[in-house]
Amino acid sequence: MSKKTSKNRPVANLNKIIGSWFLQHVQAFLSSLGQLYKNPMNALLTTFVIGISLALPAGFYSFLENARRVTSNWDTTSHISLFLKTDIDDQRAQALADELKNHADIKTVEVIDREAALLEYKQNSGFAAALDALEHNPLPPVIIVQPKIESISSMNNERLLKALRALPEVDSGQFDRQWAQRLHRIIEVFQRFIMIVAALLSIAVILVIGNTIRLAIHNRRQEIEINKLFGATDAFIQRPFLYSGLLHGIGGSLIAWLLLETAVLLLNGPVVRLTDLYGSNFSLVALNFREIISLLLLGAGLGLAGSWFSVKRHLRAIDLI
Amino acid sequence: MIRFTDVYMRYPAGSDVLKQINLHVEQGAMVYVTGRSGAGKTTLLRLIALVERHTRGQIVVNGQNLRRVTGRRIPLFRRNIGVTFQDHRLLNERTVFDNVALPLAVAGYRYQDIKKRTSAALDKVGLLSKEKAFPIALSGGEQQRVGIARAVVHRPALLLADEPTGNLDPALSLETMKLFEQFHQVGVTVLIASHDFDMIKKMNKKIITLHAGSLLPHGRCGERSAPP
Repeated sequence: MSKKTSKNRPVANLNKIIGSWFLQHVQAFLSSLGQLYKNPMNALLTTFVIGISLALPAGFYSFLENARRVTSNWDTTSHISLFLKTDIDDQRAQALADELKNHADIKTVEVIDREAALLEYKQNSGFAAALDALEHNPLPPVIIVQPKIESISSMNNERLLKALRALPEVDSGQFDRQWAQRLHRIIEVFQRFIMIVAALLSIAVILVIGNTIRLAIHNRRQEIEINKLFGATDAFIQRPFLYSGLLHGIGGSLIAWLLLETAVLLLNGPVVRLTDLYGSNFSLVALNFREIISLLLLGAGLGLAGSWFSVKRHLRAIDLI
Repeated sequence: MIRFTDVYMRYPAGSDVLKQINLHVEQGAMVYVTGRSGAGKTTLLRLIALVERHTRGQIVVNGQNLRRVTGRRIPLFRRNIGVTFQDHRLLNERTVFDNVALPLAVAGYRYQDIKKRTSAALDKVGLLSKEKAFPIALSGGEQQRVGIARAVVHRPALLLADEPTGNLDPALSLETMKLFEQFHQVGVTVLIASHDFDMIKKMNKKIITLHAGSLLPHGRCGERSAPP
């Protein structure tokens, strides 16, 4: 009998220690919830500030994601489209293409004859009925030239375009989707910009939460002193404040998410009407599940970081020894 | 239980608050520390509870040299001490029960144990019926008793009381002192700082007298030394 109890004691002790540790965490969590509940207006205001700070970069990010969705299916390799004069027939176009194939700066050449051009246009433009009403095909043949050097900004390609435009058969020529590629670059610039803004706002969130916790520590100074006098460990005293920071951060993330959803809801109608005009069925999306979780984790992390810095700094000032 | 050997205490940029203190309080003793305001009574208690550090000499409390009680050992050391204050220092936004339960919560007791012990401590000071009240609603004497319940709820070996009768009328003071005596009788070492010399004389216990930071030759009641 006695053997059995002595054998079980370490396990029982471990259970007790874990139980007590868990209990203290639950107590600290409830205590910080209680503090929020007691002072809901302050908590709400702080959480809102954090929410807006997080909503800004999240909103920019969401905007970019949507822009990327619009442009991602656009081809960005640099073609040159040569629109030939309308009086040039398909045979002449083919002959010109064969000629161009031997050009030093050109990789491949493709001819879209008048018939194919009409078919493609009918499919993509939505003007099929109007085109059917026409008596003859109004479209010129097109030669798609793929330069040897991919980059659009290459001076060589600029010169090539100039030379091609000068050909007598050519009505006009342009880099295909040049603006799409520029847009992608602009988006890249904006991405950097958002990263910087997000970093700054993250620091702001840490500072806001840090200041909130500083005030909370200040307001509960007497309680902290009494706790210390009766043998509270630093961990015991810190815990409610860390939970408070965590809760503020998570609350801020939730508000940021709500703000974002609201913004998308408000914008989506006009955006859909706008894209309808371009024959697109695009509609705005807010954050997906993974992004929402990331936002929550980010808020929680920033909240914890802010409260941790504050607790480390300001609890030391109350050190009884 | 408590032994001071040539203890000096000086606050930063000040003169000595305590000078060459030598004293010994036996385990289970009940001792009064008296002296005028500013004589160093409170500082003496604060040194024992590790709220302040002495600048020179050696203090041994409960077999522990206070110089070696640092960092994580401080909270564990303090859990063996109960403290009451002249201004009670109760937490006004918490109920009487929660105030008294604080030392147990701090030490990580389970709720059932906290409930049992806190009720027992409140019963001991005669305030069990007020457990749900807030300190603000209590009289000064009742608040002091809540403070005493908080100081003993975790059954410390040493009880330190700083001016426990400071704001009480003589009848209540006597009652409070009797309460301390009860804890002394169950084996707790009790150290009470008080300037209420007439009251202390009646209690017939060892008296330590401080004057301007120094210990005066002491003895039992009636041997109060006149300041030189």
